Amino acid sequence: MNKFVFLIPLIPLIGFLINGLGRSVISKSFAGILGCGTVLASFILSIILFLNVRNGHTGVEYLYNFISFETLHIPFAFQVDQLSVIFLLIITGIGFLIHVYSTAYMHGENSADYARYFAYLNLFVFSMLLLVLGANYVIMFLGWEGVGLCSYLLIGYWFRNTEYNNAAKKAFVMNRIGDFGFLLAVFWIIKVFGTTDYVDVFAKASSAPVNVAVLTGITLLLLLGATGKSAQIPLYTWLPDAMAGPTPVSALIHAATMVTAGIYMIARSNILYTLAPTSQAVVAVVGLATAILAATIALKQNDIKKVLAYSTVSQLGYMFLGLGVGAYTASVFHVMTHAFFKALLFLGAGSVIHAIPPIIGGGQEQDIRRMGGLKKYLPVTHITFLLACLAIAGIPPFSGFFSKDEILISAYSRSPVLYWIGLGGSLITAFYMFRLYAMTFLGKYRGTAQQEHHLHESPPAMTIPLVILAILAAIGGFLGLPEIFAPDSNWLEHFLSPIFAGSEKISPAIPVAHNTEYVLLAITVVLVVICTVWATARFRNYSDKGVEEKGLGKFLQNKWHVDEFYDAIINKPLRAISGFLNSVVERSGIDGIVNGVGRFVIYGSRQLRLIQNGQVGAYILMMVVATLFFFIIQLFLK
Amino acid sequence: MTINHYIFLSVALFCIGIVGVLTRRNAIVIFMSIELMLNAVNILLVAFSKMHYLAAKVINPATQTGIDGQLFVFFIMVVAAAEVSVGLAIIVMMYRNIHSVDVNFLNRLKH
Repeated sequence: MNKFVFLIPLIPLIGFLINGLGRSVISKSFAGILGCGTVLASFILSIILFLNVRNGHTGVEYLYNFISFETLHIPFAFQVDQLSVIFLLIITGIGFLIHVYSTAYMHGENSADYARYFAYLNLFVFSMLLLVLGANYVIMFLGWEGVGLCSYLLIGYWFRNTEYNNAAKKAFVMNRIGDFGFLLAVFWIIKVFGTTDYVDVFAKASSAPVNVAVLTGITLLLLLGATGKSAQIPLYTWLPDAMAGPTPVSALIHAATMVTAGIYMIARSNILYTLAPTSQAVVAVVGLATAILAATIALKQNDIKKVLAYSTVSQLGYMFLGLGVGAYTASVFHVMTHAFFKALLFLGAGSVIHAIPPIIGGGQEQDIRRMGGLKKYLPVTHITFLLACLAIAGIPPFSGFFSKDEILISAYSRSPVLYWIGLGGSLITAFYMFRLYAMTFLGKYRGTAQQEHHLHESPPAMTIPLVILAILAAIGGFLGLPEIFAPDSNWLEHFLSPIFAGSEKISPAIPVAHNTEYVLLAITVVLVVICTVWATARFRNYSDKGVEEKGLGKFLQNKWHVDEFYDAIINKPLRAISGFLNSVVERSGIDGIVNGVGRFVIYGSRQLRLIQNGQVGAYILMMVVATLFFFIIQLFLK
Repeated sequence: MTINHYIFLSVALFCIGIVGVLTRRNAIVIFMSIELMLNAVNILLVAFSKMHYLAAKVINPATQTGIDGQLFVFFIMVVAAAEVSVGLAIIVMMYRNIHSVDVNFLNRLKH
């Protein structure tokens, strides 16, 4: 029934090979059509797969034996179930829209770079599909590494710029730290369970009681992997820098799909986390701390993409909070709605950047202090961006409201403290998103008059994806309508219930009384609306007074000095040690020994050469002396 | 005469031979010194042969112990004679080439 599932990742891989190998011969239009077409094909197959899954055709599609070693067998198999199919739809669907958008956004590139770009995007889609389709941790790891690589390649897409390359390296190194944790966890799983197949691992973990300490160790290592990929404390710093890549890349990789890999992995391993409550608590705390930290930083950023990047980190924090409190469905729901509105926000930002002519002698304009008043020049972008802002801020009935509230309500059921802190974060979210919106689209244009003259709406290839995403962002929330509005209306929870049934049995969700939930919802909505209005009112007529931020503002603008902190505790000592090793150990130690040996041999040979004078008498003398010498040793020194 | 006398004589001859080889430059004298060393060894062989024979005769009057040492000496003499002819031929060739029998002129081993 689902035999065709291998085609879903294979088609983008073929697209990657053709675009990648033929990049110098194929034309731009062909590269674009191929790039979009392969993802569209995968999307159509994903829809068919989704319909099959909905009719109950789930299971593992075995392809061949990938690794076989003594008793360990790792098959190349694909997991077809509710969770993977939801992610497939998000990846291929949003991926396709972003591919289409890219054809217009990247049109200024020359054809070889253009094909390279689409090759990377296709490779990314392939890796991501592998990640979510894999039926064991090893296949997931293949995809996991693949998306990390593509992220690196695409952040450093404009590789002639050193700063971008550094950002790419930073992302790669941060991800490597996470991958290290993930890899250790996989080894540990092999040691404990003797297999990496999800089905077997979860069955063994829940039937035969495994030592909780072991499970905690495994899950914490997996969490380290997830914090790297999903940009959580302590490894989140790469994501804001990742904005160096082209904007559609930020939308696809660093907002909608790749960064949710960590969420997917934890949701997939939900039984392990439920069995290890300590790890689960750590997940919740990490998520909440990241959500608040990133939200406060986003308040004071002035680069349009940086604000969105921090908002992504913050929203990912909410998803982790959801996972940590056992609200797996809510997290997946938020992944989905977030993919809609965050992709939309990034694409909208891309459209804004695209619309403003580059500053003379500089790169693209991304500073919102020099924007403003774009409402009348970019009507479509404006409306869609506004919808996305409403969705992310959590204003009903847009999608973000439902998913974020589901997480917060679940948090409340575990501990009200988590709820109140989370609510604070979401108020900050509403505030900075509308600050961004107001400074970009409202008021008067603050750039040069010449730039203002050239402002234009983006071409249809860019606006159509925006409109589609805007519709999804607006209505996507109805897939997971809370129980209190209409009984049995939460389609997503119903759909995903087989995945999380095991966890639900071990630690059932604590229901919140409907009255409490009404009150909490009302409080949330009122406060969010107040923040929204306040931010809009405050920044709608923003004028750049050139005032330096002071005190807390400056602290936030400098991102809590986390980069400097990492620099001080890791980079500086490392550089100092390396410098010492280079100048002292390497130069005088190792080089001294190596060169010393050489010099000694040369000197010794020069001296020994004099002995060979060609006089037979001298040779015999030496022979005699040597013989005598050995006699003496033999006779007297024995 | 004890065996010691023979040993001292032999060592003395051998040392004279060595010193001759080391110090003299004339190839013929060096050659003679080599013969001296060979014969020092011969003396020693004969002396030990006799010594062992006398010791063994006390136990068994018909013994042949020590005869091999004396046989050795004959072999050495024969080989030495052959060697002398070769050596002298070399010296003749040397004289033909460099008109001298001074070994210090023969320092081409260095190259």
